Amino acid sequence: MNLHEYQGKEILSSYGVAIQKGIVAKTPKEAVEAAKKLTEETGTGWHVIKAQVHAGGRGKGGGVKLAKNLKEVEQLADEILGMHLVTPQTSKEGKEVHQILITEDVYYPGDNEPEEYYMSVLLNRATGKNMIMYSPEGGVDIESVADKTPEKIFTEEIDPATGILPFQARKIAFNFGLEGKAFKEMTKFVTALYNAYDGSDSSLFEINPVLKTSDDKILAVDSKVTLDDSALFRHKDYQSMRDTREEDPTEVEAREAGLSYVNLDGNVGCMVNGAGLAMATMDLIKFAGGEPANFLDVGGTADAKRVEQAFKLILKDEKVEAILVNIFGGIVRCDRVAEGIIEAYKNMGDQIKVPIIVRLQGTNAEKAVELINEAGINVKTAVQFKEAADKVHEVLD
Amino acid sequence: MSVLVNKNSKIIVQGFTGSEGSFHAEQMIDYGTNIVGGVTPGKGGTKHLGKPVFNTVSDAVEKVGADTTIIFVPPAFAADAIMEAADAGIKVIITITEGIPVKDMIKASNYIKRKDCRLIGPNCPGVITPDEAKVGIMPGFVFKKGTVGIVSKSGTLTYEAADQVVKEGFGITTAIGIGGDPIIGTTTKDAVEMLVGDPDTECVVMIGEIGGQLEAEAAKWYKESGSKKPVIGFIAGETAPAGRTMGHAGAIVGGSEDTAQAKKKILKDSGIHVVDSPAEIGKKVAEVLSK
Repeated sequence: MNLHEYQGKEILSSYGVAIQKGIVAKTPKEAVEAAKKLTEETGTGWHVIKAQVHAGGRGKGGGVKLAKNLKEVEQLADEILGMHLVTPQTSKEGKEVHQILITEDVYYPGDNEPEEYYMSVLLNRATGKNMIMYSPEGGVDIESVADKTPEKIFTEEIDPATGILPFQARKIAFNFGLEGKAFKEMTKFVTALYNAYDGSDSSLFEINPVLKTSDDKILAVDSKVTLDDSALFRHKDYQSMRDTREEDPTEVEAREAGLSYVNLDGNVGCMVNGAGLAMATMDLIKFAGGEPANFLDVGGTADAKRVEQAFKLILKDEKVEAILVNIFGGIVRCDRVAEGIIEAYKNMGDQIKVPIIVRLQGTNAEKAVELINEAGINVKTAVQFKEAADKVHEVLD
Repeated sequence: MSVLVNKNSKIIVQGFTGSEGSFHAEQMIDYGTNIVGGVTPGKGGTKHLGKPVFNTVSDAVEKVGADTTIIFVPPAFAADAIMEAADAGIKVIITITEGIPVKDMIKASNYIKRKDCRLIGPNCPGVITPDEAKVGIMPGFVFKKGTVGIVSKSGTLTYEAADQVVKEGFGITTAIGIGGDPIIGTTTKDAVEMLVGDPDTECVVMIGEIGGQLEAEAAKWYKESGSKKPVIGFIAGETAPAGRTMGHAGAIVGGSEDTAQAKKKILKDSGIHVVDSPAEIGKKVAEVLSK
């Protein structure tokens, strides 16, 4: 589950990570109130207005602006709220901005020049351990740093039995070339950041930039936090942080129905049991001359209710010209699945206007095909995987 | 021969009396698998499906000599169940449970490295050696005995591949479902290595998917091993978009190296017979074995 910047910062702050302070607002009026309050609390004169959407590169799309007085706060808040923010990571329609974060200005002048770093915490799948990835090249796109100057990216792997150790935090601070107060602040920052990652059951933390202020404080200026969905059961307080406005509405509906669904751009919908077989079925659709319109795993049961829900989800997509159902009946018998498909089809009546190909393989597959063929519904059947592909090809022609 | 499980394996079921555990334990017993008991904390001393129930895995090891376990324990407690089995001296730990928090698996996978055991999964269909032992949730009848080993991250796609192989007139030595999570106990390379080393296995089918580097690692090992035993490879997810998780928690394209296309190229360069269409796996096996 992805979080907004302000939600990520709330989690960071709760573990003692120093952050750029901010208050979230939904209207220009709230934005002005927030700005006044921040000035009282932090003494900040200027404010930065930041669009809260689930996408990186917000600055490039005009979603992050500096306001030098309260009038500008109001103006910019009005401008950014409701805009369709287009960034390199969004579709060309962009994302509607429902909330903004009013933050203190942390780039104030002082004894030293402010400096920006990059830091993330994530799982190293190759070793099965978490690692801190960091670079002195912050505030820019980290992929381009990795491409052009890979020697400027460092990693520190964390032993799960000990957690982050003091020498590791020191090593990171040394690699940033820090000393004095900034060095101490950085070791505290890194330690708190790892503990926040671990404590919140996150699967990704990306802080870009981590800022060294002109008076040598270390702060998280931005936050990208992804929580591990499998661990949400033990973080009840985080569950309400899900913002379904940021997700594809069909995918939200699918999740509520307990189906695993991903919306794609193609013309052939598919419904499959099992994630691996579902991906393979998508590939097969391409071989048959189509493009998959979705990924959909109906799971092990595939009863009438689930099949009907799945059909409804697929048919919401107007680009769909045909549907391929591919079920490998193992523990669940194919004839049961066939009964489910027939019942779902009959319940939906004339809502189904595209050809349907059902491929059933496994226990009682022949019987299942017979059932469907005799049910008087407009469904083509197949037993072999190849046969299903040929039939998809046929209906697309 | 076979790998991991056979007719002499002494298998227990953790989460034995739960609904999933009960259902699949019954299926496994019907198949002829040597289930010697099960573990459900608090129900020790009772019987379930005609087999003894123990409070702890060590009781099961001590009293019935269990050496293999299959875990159906719910996600919140599954990592603990894995560590308990490892600590009790179980050698093969097969974990079916889906949705174990990553943090728990990081802990468990590092814990068991210090123990003499092998973890299969989690989030996997299990392991089957046809006619000897079905230690998983797969439909047993699909897997006829033969000489083809299968390694796969996925359940139904494993059944699909086995079915295609059987329809071509061949059979299976052992099929290993390694699981689709980001952290798994036995990697593609580990499983391919076991099967390549098994004298009864004449050819290995390796089914991978987008995300991670496991298939590339297996391919590298295969190339360096100099083995002449043919390996047939398929990678699912050629049409999957980058950055989206496709059902399996680990099935996500993060960079240019873990796309289906990139993996297939690495496989080909390592001397693996790559099939592009998932409908041609069986055909390819027949072609390679008939040479």
